[in-house]
Amino acid sequence: MEFVYTEEEKMMLQMVRNFAEKELKPIAKEVDKEHKFPAANVKKIGELGLMGVSVPVDYEGSGMSNICYSIAIEEISRQCAATGVIVSVNNSLACDPVKIFGTEAQKQKYLADMASGRKLGCLGLTEPNAGSDAANLATTAVLDGDEWVINGRKIFITNGNEADYCILIAATDKSKGHRGLSAFIVELDNPGFSVGTLEDKLGIRGSSTAELVFEDCRIPKDNLLGEEGRGFKVALTTLDGGRIGIASQALGIARAAIEDATAYAKERVQFGKPIAKLQAIQWMLADLTTQYEAARLLTHRAAYLKDQGKSFSKEAAMAKLMAAETAMKAATQGIQILGGYGYTTDYPLERYFRDAKITEIYEGTSEVMRLVIATNILS
Amino acid sequence: MKIVACIKQTFDTEAKIVIGADGQISDEGVNLILNPYDEFAVEEAIKTKENNGGEVVIVTVGGDSAQEALRYSLAMGADRAVLINDPALANADSHAVSVALAKLLSDKEAGFDIIFAGKEAVDDGVAQVPSRLAAKLDIALANVVTAIELADGKISVTREIDGGTEDLEMALPALVAAQKGLNEVRYPSLPGIMKAKRKPLEVISLADLGLSADDVATKVEMISAELPPARKAGQKLTGEVDEVVAKLVDLLKNEAKVI
Repeated sequence: MEFVYTEEEKMMLQMVRNFAEKELKPIAKEVDKEHKFPAANVKKIGELGLMGVSVPVDYEGSGMSNICYSIAIEEISRQCAATGVIVSVNNSLACDPVKIFGTEAQKQKYLADMASGRKLGCLGLTEPNAGSDAANLATTAVLDGDEWVINGRKIFITNGNEADYCILIAATDKSKGHRGLSAFIVELDNPGFSVGTLEDKLGIRGSSTAELVFEDCRIPKDNLLGEEGRGFKVALTTLDGGRIGIASQALGIARAAIEDATAYAKERVQFGKPIAKLQAIQWMLADLTTQYEAARLLTHRAAYLKDQGKSFSKEAAMAKLMAAETAMKAATQGIQILGGYGYTTDYPLERYFRDAKITEIYEGTSEVMRLVIATNILS
Repeated sequence: MKIVACIKQTFDTEAKIVIGADGQISDEGVNLILNPYDEFAVEEAIKTKENNGGEVVIVTVGGDSAQEALRYSLAMGADRAVLINDPALANADSHAVSVALAKLLSDKEAGFDIIFAGKEAVDDGVAQVPSRLAAKLDIALANVVTAIELADGKISVTREIDGGTEDLEMALPALVAAQKGLNEVRYPSLPGIMKAKRKPLEVISLADLGLSADDVATKVEMISAELPPARKAGQKLTGEVDEVVAKLVDLLKNEAKVI
């Protein structure tokens, strides 16, 4: 077993770290405060090949490993977690299902568009009455001649306001429950599509969270993704991969909180010495760093298994569970170390705190992660 | 055009400098990067190729790890790289490096049109290799350059001088040493990183260049290394205003010697 980066992993780490420090860090506060989608940075990220990290070169991706993908999302999220989720969603939730389930024609067009960064993708799964219970969808797709006609509403869709393409999960046969779900690729410049409410959120405010409204939205028959009736499988497979992305995002937030709190603790003098000399602070930093490193190893292992084509569902769930809880704890204790200053917007800790919370919720809550892990253990 | 960029692998600018038990600066656990000034040189070399055609060759003197800085340059878009790696160059000074590079560029890699380099490396900050190399190759040199225009086999540059700038025109081949501001350095893209793995990177020894260890004997000898002294605590003057002011003026005059 080896715990060293390959040369290309090292190189991309250096590149993404530089990029994130120079381009993302300076505007992260503004992006959060103004709810500003960082369009210019998203474009640059696409040009660097980070929008389709593990998509094959034949489809204009970068053809790199999922470990590279994890490194990239962590480095991006270290500076701006909102940008992190925008990139993660495009890679994991939009590119991946087309890469895995798409036809050659779908890959040539949609995968290449999204992996190159020319187009932005999102996943339309969650509905008002179908969150963790993803099989209970009300959105329908009915075949009418050569077209599918889609009706329904999706909510909490990351990238929904800016996306060009949506990987949509809808019921093609409501009588069959989750076996009656199918996946589709929808081009969102369709007259039957509109963006509904945009959520005003606690954190990751630079990324949009939108309601997608489909009213007699007609799409070509060929835009069925995978087999009819296999939409639930597409959704679950996609979310498994997405969890590596969100775990990596959480790692980035955790590291940001730990690094900033460590730097502060070394500078802040109380009782005649830096507070880093106090055991109360040292133990917090020691525990957080240990937990972060453990979460990182879990995440990289899940990514490694995915690269090897092995089952990684349980490992991705463990990685996301651990990383998300680490991010939340690191942000909470990071604020504690900064005291009153940490509670103000003069320091980014409060932003990390708000950003961290969502990692325990989206792409499967921590409770669902435990369910997935338990199911795997007990099956 | 044959375009060359000379680079050096250096410590990360944020690295903590530690002096090891052997009295030398320790590189253990230190992140090594492409010298920031050399990034401008590599960027300019690639830009020059994009505008004029040709090939970009990156050259360096260094150990095994220096391959990483070369690969990084290749990932940015350079075509191939040459590493001069020899035990006799382990403690090379500016003289030794310029001897090795001059031999390489006048022999194996002769026929260049333009050479770019960073104005200095951020580790030792000696800033002598570009000048020494240009002298040995007997070509024109522009140092601390912030703007370049290449046309009709001539190169016009703007360089920083004390209190202002200087515009120069030089015939090719020439050596240009880059200052910050010369260009906006690109990030290597992921496809660039993947391609870099397959680009040629040649490792050669002094013998391959027809040089001996004596040819690169250093002119500079390092006697010892020490960290800068820790900053002393400031002084606090207390008492009546008149006394304090008088004392302050005295200190500024006689101790700090700034007035």
